[in-house]
Amino acid sequence: MTAIDVGRAPDVEPGHVPRTRLPRLLHPGAWWLWAAGLAVAASRTTNPLLLLLIVAVAAYVVAARRSPSPWARSFSVFLKLGLVIVAIRVVFQVIVSAPIGTTVVFTLPALTLPEVFAGVRLGGAVTLESLVAALYDGMRLATILICVGAANSLASPARLLKTVPAALYEFGLSVVIAVTFAPQLVADLDRIRTARRLRGRTIGGVRGTAAVALPVLEGALERSVTLAAAMDSRGYGRQAARSTTLRRVTGASLIAALVLVIIGTYALLDASAPPALGVPMLAVGLGLSILGFALAGRRSVRTRYRPDPWGLAEWGVTLCAVITGTTLVWLSIAGVTGLIAPVDPIAWPAVPALAVAGILVSVLPAFISPPAPGRAP
Amino acid sequence: MSPVIEFDHVTITYSGADRATLADVTLDIDEGELVLVVGETGSGKSTLLRAINGLVPHFTGGTVHGRVRVAGRDTSTHHPRDLADVVGVVPQDPMSSFVTDTVEEELAYGMECLGIPASTMRRRVEETLDLLGLADVRDRALVSLSGGQRQRVAIGAVLTSHPRVIVLDEPTSALDPGAAEEVLATLQRLVHDLGITVVLAEHRLERVLEYADRVVYVPGAAAPVVVGSPRDIMATSAVAPPVVRLGRLAQWDPLPLSVRDARRHAGGLREQLHATPPRASVSSGVTVPVVSIQRTRASYGAVHALRGVTLDVATGEIVALMGRNGAGKSTLLSTLVGLRRPNAGTVRIDGIDPATLTGPKLIGRVGLVPQDSSDLLSRDSVAAECSDADRDADVAAGSAARLLHRLAPEVPLDMHPRDLSEGQRLVLALVVILVATPAVILLDEPTRGLDYPTKERLSQLLRDLAASGHAIVVATHDVELAAETATRVVVLADGEVVADGPTAEVLVGSPLFAPQVAKVLVGPDAVDVPLTVAEVRDALAVSG
Repeated sequence: MTAIDVGRAPDVEPGHVPRTRLPRLLHPGAWWLWAAGLAVAASRTTNPLLLLLIVAVAAYVVAARRSPSPWARSFSVFLKLGLVIVAIRVVFQVIVSAPIGTTVVFTLPALTLPEVFAGVRLGGAVTLESLVAALYDGMRLATILICVGAANSLASPARLLKTVPAALYEFGLSVVIAVTFAPQLVADLDRIRTARRLRGRTIGGVRGTAAVALPVLEGALERSVTLAAAMDSRGYGRQAARSTTLRRVTGASLIAALVLVIIGTYALLDASAPPALGVPMLAVGLGLSILGFALAGRRSVRTRYRPDPWGLAEWGVTLCAVITGTTLVWLSIAGVTGLIAPVDPIAWPAVPALAVAGILVSVLPAFISPPAPGRAP
Repeated sequence: MSPVIEFDHVTITYSGADRATLADVTLDIDEGELVLVVGETGSGKSTLLRAINGLVPHFTGGTVHGRVRVAGRDTSTHHPRDLADVVGVVPQDPMSSFVTDTVEEELAYGMECLGIPASTMRRRVEETLDLLGLADVRDRALVSLSGGQRQRVAIGAVLTSHPRVIVLDEPTSALDPGAAEEVLATLQRLVHDLGITVVLAEHRLERVLEYADRVVYVPGAAAPVVVGSPRDIMATSAVAPPVVRLGRLAQWDPLPLSVRDARRHAGGLREQLHATPPRASVSSGVTVPVVSIQRTRASYGAVHALRGVTLDVATGEIVALMGRNGAGKSTLLSTLVGLRRPNAGTVRIDGIDPATLTGPKLIGRVGLVPQDSSDLLSRDSVAAECSDADRDADVAAGSAARLLHRLAPEVPLDMHPRDLSEGQRLVLALVVILVATPAVILLDEPTRGLDYPTKERLSQLLRDLAASGHAIVVATHDVELAAETATRVVVLADGEVVADGPTAEVLVGSPLFAPQVAKVLVGPDAVDVPLTVAEVRDALAVSG
């Protein structure tokens, strides 16, 4: 009557394994760098064709390499969110009109705000040029967001946080727990609304909301206590014995590092301070902080289960990101036409071949990274 | 060999309590024992379990007199985290204790905390995946697992640290009979093959009694704890599974603990019962159909929870809705109170679509006690809850309090609902629903965490309600409750009705759903098999 398979071989790889590479998840850091490269590229252009190309590249890689876990399905949510952003940007353009171009599409009743609000004009004539400019601008914002979404579905933030150094482990864990608790709160809210209906109360109103909030918070608190007890029972927070000297050195180096970093940053930003002061101070401060973290990390006895390796594929993906990012930054600094789409007068933008090539480099991770486990290639 | 767990004159008093929860407990548990902790709800079973790894008092507060030693370590000087390598604790609701989000990471979490080398961790995770039959779901997110799988992951998560003791608090209470068997078989295997000491608390003794080496009976009210062999304890215990009560009734010696034992004695009783006239069918007065579900379909995204269910329920009926976790039982109940509209088909209560009703109009027709009955309660005292219920239902002030007094006179009105026992809270939730006098009463998994005496009172209450003209639908995994209470059983599987008929007919025919008494007494001709000890007693009384 039991469902335990005694003789099953341990997780045999299915028969369709590709000849050369074993399926594994790429290091989350590599995916986030890849997304950052694309996002930097997107931030440098308003050319709708290039932006659409970036979205297409991101979507293609996500489709090819995401894992079968539920949070990997979040990409479509980000796509929809992108559309919402574009819509909001255009609507704002209609309300707060900007004097670009002369092709009036329609005219709204105008209202000029008093001097206090810098004389912003609401309504008035809405020009085609301003609408197109808003559309391009919204697309750029949306594309950056979609890049974040792509990284999110390729490597969940929880996985990324797991790679933080041991000294920051506790911080990482609290973020992970917070992330998992958000959906729980929504579920709680749902349960309590259900209960209110079952008791024949109408939902809504300030009193209704207040009556719902208390049990939800109670539930969340209770869950945190349960979780804390469970974590303690499983050994969370066990510490290695440390000498007093080591503890003092750790504390002192972290405080000194913080002070140096603050002074160094200030000196760098303040033009009147000598640059010879800022750079070395910042460098020493950063060095000390690394030492402090390393020492603090020794306090914890934790080990890590199957740490994500950083191999050739990770370097490859990072290189693609760097190429994409630097190409677009370099082109924009060099002032190549086509990165900024002309809106006044509206014209079909030129498509610089170099920019296209730079963006297309970022589609390579779909081929050079190992396939995600648990999915047919 | 020295015992692995030693309780030495332990008395535990929570702060603010006027008497000790556990008094003067002395108990030794040896390596490789499976010890079952039994007792009524609120008797201190959980306190006993939580004292083993030091959660009491380090986490809960309170005062502990005496010593608790685990593998030679004193819990007064060792925190739960310092005991994590020798004691693994599996809490009641595994989902609330998961720290990570995938199966493999969860299995590794405890080892990571203990600082076990990466290569050892890898090997142990693989071994545990195989041992618990979880290899197929190793990459899956924990939220996507079934109840039985979650429970096995929770066991695996403590097992990877290679503890000498595993402590489980009601590991099967939320599981359907099949999944519960799965988990218990796993535990037995740990005890037999790996020599791990297992201490578990459980209410549904019919599932675990036969596996136990020793039983610790916690009578509650700080009365002394009784330790002994299952047979000795069961001879007198107030909490006992049906097979034991049948054995006591028939005065079988030695007392049977499992269906197998009992069947050896049962020949005589079977013949005696066969000779008695078949029991009178449940007298049903005039019944009026009040619930009508026609070809109802409901889905959540891609999951089709209900695929064309047709069901009628009349007044005076008690329908037990059974089926494995995720079969669509809860969905069916929520369509009946109009919490969700079906995608197709019709749902009618008294001829009205419940989704169109709100307020007193809704609760005057149909009431649901949800799985966690405390969801319904939001005030800080029983009295306030009762007066709220009067207002919600638009009835005379004091009605709910009077009803509560009739059903459970011992419930103090000034208490916080959270401090009531599980059973008392359930009755309070029922009162809140009943005061609006709905024609249809729905209960979702009401016996979770209830002991036998409380369950018996609930059964009696439901039978009385049905007799007074209510129609009752109970979704439950508890076959004994269904056997004692239901007039009809409906089995759902994958959103379809796969069986619908009188309780005896449906339950006796199924190996998983048959109650213990029926398993013992079923003969070659499976007709008129009694389902409960009470039925056997009545039949014997008739035959003299």
